[in-house]
Amino acid sequence: MGALTFENRVVVVCGHYGSGKTNLAVNLAVRAAESGGRVYLADVDIVNPYFRAADAVSMMEKAGVTPLIPEFANSNVDIPALPPRLSSLISGGDGRIFIDVGGDDGAVVLGRYASLIRDAGYDMICVVNMYRPLTAEPRDAISVMREIEACSGLRCTGIVNNSNLGRETTAEDFIASFDFARECGRLAELPVLAHSYMERYAGAIDPSLLAGGEALLNMEQATKELF
Amino acid sequence: MAQKVLMKGNEAIAEAAINAGCLYYFGYPITPQTEISEYLAKRMPKVGGLCLQAESEVSAINMTLGAAAAGSRAMTSSSSPGISLKSEGISYIAGSDLPCLIVNVQRGGPGLGGIQPSQSDYYQATRGVGHGDLRLIVLAPSSVQEMASLTAEAFDLADTYRMPAMLLADGALGQMMEPVDFSLFEKREVPEKAWAANGHGGKRKKNIINSLYIDPQELEDSILARYKRYAEVEEKEVKYEEFMTDDADIVLVAFGITARICKSAITAARADGIKVGLLRPITLWPYPKKILNSIAGRAKALLTVEMNMGQMVDDVRLAANGQCPVHLYTRTGGMIPSVDEVENKIREIAASL
Repeated sequence: MGALTFENRVVVVCGHYGSGKTNLAVNLAVRAAESGGRVYLADVDIVNPYFRAADAVSMMEKAGVTPLIPEFANSNVDIPALPPRLSSLISGGDGRIFIDVGGDDGAVVLGRYASLIRDAGYDMICVVNMYRPLTAEPRDAISVMREIEACSGLRCTGIVNNSNLGRETTAEDFIASFDFARECGRLAELPVLAHSYMERYAGAIDPSLLAGGEALLNMEQATKELF
Repeated sequence: MAQKVLMKGNEAIAEAAINAGCLYYFGYPITPQTEISEYLAKRMPKVGGLCLQAESEVSAINMTLGAAAAGSRAMTSSSSPGISLKSEGISYIAGSDLPCLIVNVQRGGPGLGGIQPSQSDYYQATRGVGHGDLRLIVLAPSSVQEMASLTAEAFDLADTYRMPAMLLADGALGQMMEPVDFSLFEKREVPEKAWAANGHGGKRKKNIINSLYIDPQELEDSILARYKRYAEVEEKEVKYEEFMTDDADIVLVAFGITARICKSAITAARADGIKVGLLRPITLWPYPKKILNSIAGRAKALLTVEMNMGQMVDDVRLAANGQCPVHLYTRTGGMIPSVDEVENKIREIAASL
């Protein structure tokens, strides 16, 4: 089984509301920082006022990730402000940038950066979760992906399966989602790059269930503990 | 839908409303509850229902009144400042004896306040939403599962007693994600809506939905009849959860998201041998007065924990009726009490016993 790697310096993480984009982006950024080089995580979620990458700032800084978060994130200023340094870092940056995008048509914000991102070259992963009711069917998950592509002006390059039921996820729930993810990939004509899992049930995962080219991704860095 | 799904609290309310047969939703966006509208905008057309974004909260509540008057299950939702705007319409709905569901995903106040979670509309929900002698059935969920199950329950209660019900949640519950199982709901039998103004087709006497009475005696009679139903609600529909109260010297009283924090603090304090438990009111009106009175008779102290400056504590003191001291720990303005803060307060009280 291979590790999840990216060809380009700019990695866009998008998907349906609540599919786990922020968790995934934070995990990818922390992992990339472990293997050296400068790594940025840009929070451009202008849709969701709670539970966002800004919650994980101190954790990311400790892990060597530079967070680019909107100045007003997690305050009471309910405005869709964007991190000011992002444009220059996309076009002339000195490190890898993971861009954490808001759900569904929250990706419209990418349109503002689309030409810079295209010029820089990018990977764009679509995060899918079959336990989210509005994307429980592969065709619905992919229609959300197409909507994101249409409003962002960018094309997804791969799918990451982040199917989970939060803290109640079991190894069975996880393994049961592989076929769903592969059907998403088939419909979208994109590779399934990875399946993400929690350390808690890692022991019960049989690596032989993975198809060629699919990686396993450990989601050890949760962004916010619940109550 | 699969057995268990992962949902945001706001989405769970929306899906549960459809499940409960609510086909009319009237809303106006406000953080942190806008996902209810967004979800229903996507789902309602698929189930033959209507999700309408009105031009204001005031029109949304009056559209809800209209749909309810025609005998349909109807819902509106907002967050604190928006509920203030709806309060006139809520009073008219209560005065017209109409069942409907009003969802308040609370944020900080007063005024525009903030967008972070709060419980500072307790007084408004249980005492003062709208003018006149009136009550709402107020249900306070504490998990995403309960956001769904209590939405269903609220519709049934509203129909049974012909009165508006409110789901009093908060921004944290609205935004957090947890698994929900929609197969767990119990549905109750609800009476036919023979009073509905839905067209008599010349075949029956016309039904009139009204909250204006020219003769004060008639108005008093209508209010007395309504209060008989309210008394029945107080008698039959009190809901609460007890957590480790059996041997508890200190009993915490908290609702909604705060109750979850209290449970964690209680578990931590129990590990050190402090006998502490929790009473979680699920109905804020009718309030669980009897059980709280009996707990106050055997506990050494009560501790109310709220995300406001102390509102429910008034009901706790009334129910305890002086049998034991009632302490209070609060955070407000969008701040959430931490488990450590609550645990420290428990230790402080335990040391003083």
